[in-house]
Amino acid sequence: MPAKILVRYGEIALKGKNRGRFEQQLQNNLKEALKDFQATVEKMQGRFLVSGPKENRGKMVERLSKVFGVASLSTVEETGLDLEDIKMMALEMAGRVPTDEKEFKVETRRSNKQFPYPSPEVNKILGSHLLEHYPRLKVNLEQPAFTLSIEISHNRAFLYLDRVEGPGGLPVGITGRALLMLSGGIDSPVAGWLGMKRGLTVEALHFHSFPFTSRRSQEKAVDICRKLAAGSGSIRLHMINMASIQKELRAKCSEEMAIILLRRMMLRLAEKLSTDRGLQALITGESLGQVASQTLESIIVTEKVTDMLILRPLVGMDKKEIVNKAVELDTYDISIRPYEDCCTLFLPQNPVTRPKLDQVENQEAKLDQESLIKEAMASLETTLVKR
Amino acid sequence: MEEIYLDNSSTTRPYPEVIDFMGTALDKNFGNPSSLHQKGIEAEKLVEEARRRIASFFTDREDEIYFTSGGTEANNLAVKGAALRNRNRGNHLITSQVEHPSVLNCFRYLEQEEGFSVDYLPVDNRGFVDPEQVKKLVKKETIMVSIMHVNNEIGTVQPLEEVGPLVKDANPSILFHVDAVQSFARMALDINSWQADLVSCSGHKIHGPRGAGCLWAKKGTLLQPLFHGGGQERELRPGTENVPAIAGFGLAAKLTGESRQRKAAALGSLKLSFYQALENSGVELYVNGPLPENGAVHIINISFPGLPSEVLLHSLEERGIFASSGSACHSRKPEPSHILQTLGLSEERLQSALRFSFSFYNSEQEMEFAAAQIAEAVRELKSIFNP
Repeated sequence: MPAKILVRYGEIALKGKNRGRFEQQLQNNLKEALKDFQATVEKMQGRFLVSGPKENRGKMVERLSKVFGVASLSTVEETGLDLEDIKMMALEMAGRVPTDEKEFKVETRRSNKQFPYPSPEVNKILGSHLLEHYPRLKVNLEQPAFTLSIEISHNRAFLYLDRVEGPGGLPVGITGRALLMLSGGIDSPVAGWLGMKRGLTVEALHFHSFPFTSRRSQEKAVDICRKLAAGSGSIRLHMINMASIQKELRAKCSEEMAIILLRRMMLRLAEKLSTDRGLQALITGESLGQVASQTLESIIVTEKVTDMLILRPLVGMDKKEIVNKAVELDTYDISIRPYEDCCTLFLPQNPVTRPKLDQVENQEAKLDQESLIKEAMASLETTLVKR
Repeated sequence: MEEIYLDNSSTTRPYPEVIDFMGTALDKNFGNPSSLHQKGIEAEKLVEEARRRIASFFTDREDEIYFTSGGTEANNLAVKGAALRNRNRGNHLITSQVEHPSVLNCFRYLEQEEGFSVDYLPVDNRGFVDPEQVKKLVKKETIMVSIMHVNNEIGTVQPLEEVGPLVKDANPSILFHVDAVQSFARMALDINSWQADLVSCSGHKIHGPRGAGCLWAKKGTLLQPLFHGGGQERELRPGTENVPAIAGFGLAAKLTGESRQRKAAALGSLKLSFYQALENSGVELYVNGPLPENGAVHIINISFPGLPSEVLLHSLEERGIFASSGSACHSRKPEPSHILQTLGLSEERLQSALRFSFSFYNSEQEMEFAAAQIAEAVRELKSIFNP
C-alpha cells in the first residue's frame, strides 16, 4: 500500500472565478515538490490526495508542508464506503495511539451527502465501537488527547490522527515575478519568504565585494536561497561585485554618505537586472528606523533612483518577530555566520541619518555612473539554486 | 597563477608517496585487520608497520602508540582519559591559557561537568608559560599538567624541559601531557628531558592524511577509553582501524622525520627571509608572539595595523597567497583568537593579525615573491581603507 497524504488549501477556495487557475498552479507546485518520489497528485473536491512510496512518507510530508498555498495536511488511511470497513480501520488506528493517551473524540466531515449516515451519527457509531474494544478509552469532546478524524468523499473514506500545518498563502507563480535584494543578513530572507508566500516567483540578487569579502559570504547567499527554495523548488540567484564601486565611492565621495550612495547604486543595478529579466517589482528586507540607512528620509532619498515598485514586507514587523521567523525558516544560523560582507565593509563612523537629495546628487556628480554600472553588470554571475 | 601555500599550520599538502601508498592500501589491502584470513593479515601488517614508524619518534615501544582519528581525539583521550581514570588520586589539574581548543575545552568539561578544579596558567606577552609559576600551582591533589609544545597560532616553543622536571620533582605521580600536534616529526620531541607521560600527534600537519593521529602513552599510564567497542588498540580505542590513513600517517612521519635537522634549518631560514623581506619593504608591521629568530621554524604571526585581517587575507588570496586569520578552527567565530587575546595585544593588532606557516614545499623565491606581494597588497588596501 502506498502512503496517502491529504492536502488542504485555504485561501484558494475563496477566490471565485480564479479558482481553477489557483488550483492548477498549486497542483503543479505539489507535483514539482515531489518530483523525485514517484508520487501522484490527484485533485479531489477542495483537496488534493497525494500517493507515494511508503518509505518516503516522512520526506513527502516535510516537502509538502513547505509549499505555499497548502493550509494543512494529514497522512491518511483509505477505505471504501462500507461502514464495517471504516469501523475496522478506526479500530486499527486507535490501536496505534500510545496507551497513555486515553481521552479521545471522533470528528467526521461528510462531503458525500449520499452517504447514509450524517456526520454526528458516524461520530457516535465509531466512538462506541472504539469504547467497546478499548476499555481504557474515554470520550472527551473538549480536550481530547487524540482525535480520530474521518472524511467521507463520493467514493471512499479517509481516516487520520494527525494534522501538519502548511505555510498557507498563495501558490508561487500566481501573482507575478519579483527580485529580492538578498544581503546575507537576517532580514532579507524573511522578506523574500513573505513575497513568495503571496504567490510571487522570486529571483534573488546578492551584492558582494570580492576580494575585500570572502567567497564564504557568497556561499551564505547560496545557502539561504537553498532554504528559501524549499517553498518553490528553486531560486535563481544573481551576484554582482561592488568592489570597484566601493573603491570609487571611498576615493571620491564623502564618507558619511557612503551607505546611502552605495544603496542607490545597488537599486540602479537591481532595476537594470529586473528589466533584463522581466521582473516586475523589487523586494527588500527594509524595516523602518532600525539603522541609519532605514530612516524614512534615507529610504525616500534611496528609492528616488527608480520608478519600480518596491515591496517591503517587513515594515510592520519588530526585530524580534523577524528573528523568530528567520529561526523558523532555518535561515538564521546561516545569516549570523561572521564574515565581512559588502555592507559592513567601509562602514563610516558617523553615517548621515537624514540625507538631503541635493547633497546626495552632488556627491554622485563626482562619479562616472554609467561606466561603474556597466563594469558592475559585467561581473554578474547567475546560478539556479535548487531545494 | 602560481599558488603559494603559507597555511601549513592548518593543514599540509600530502606527499605524493603518501597518496600512492594510501591508494594501494584502500584498493588492495581492504581487509579488516582483525580478520584471521590473508586479507586481514595484510591490512594488519600495514597498521603495525605504521606503528613501528611512529614509535621510533618516542621509545621504539610499539605498545605505547594508540592510533586515533587525529589530534583532537588524541588530546581528548589524554586529558579526559587520564583525569577520569586517575581521579581517585586527586581532583586538581593544570593547563595553560593558550592551548588548542581540543585541550582547553576538555579541561572546561572536566571542570564544569566532572567536578575537577583547574588552573589555567597565563602566559607572558610572547606566549611563554613561566615554569616557576607551574611549580607554584602544583598541590598534593594535582594529578595532571598539560602544556603544549609549539603554539599553533604564534609558534611559541614552550620550555617543557624546565616545566616537566619541576612538576615531577614536586610529585612524580603527576601525569605530564604534551600536545605536540604542531611539532611532531617536524621537530625533535625530547620526551626524556620533558619527563612526559602522554604526547598527542596528528597526521595531516606533516603531509599525511586527515583522519589519523595518535597518542603516545608511556607504558603503565592509566587511561579511561572514550569509546567502548571491539577491543582494538588494546581496548583503549576500539573501532575498525582506518588502515589507509594510519598507513599514510606512518609513511608521512617517516618522510618528515628524515634528515630533520637539515630541514628545520632550511625552514628557519625561509621564515627569516620572509620576515626580512617584509620588514625591508617598509610596511608597518608587528610580530605577535616570540621574536622571529626564537619561535618555531615554521610559524610567524604578524599584524598590519589598520587593515581588517579578513580583507587582507582575501586580497592575498587573489594574488595566489594563502594565509590564515586566527587558526582555521576559529575563523568561523567572530572574536579574535583567544590566544592573541591572552597576549594582551592592542585591539588594532588583534583585528589585523595574519598567520603565515611554512613547509619544505616552499622555496626562497616564493618567500621573496610573497613578501613583495603582501607589501603591495597592504599599500593598496591602506590607500582604500585609510586614505
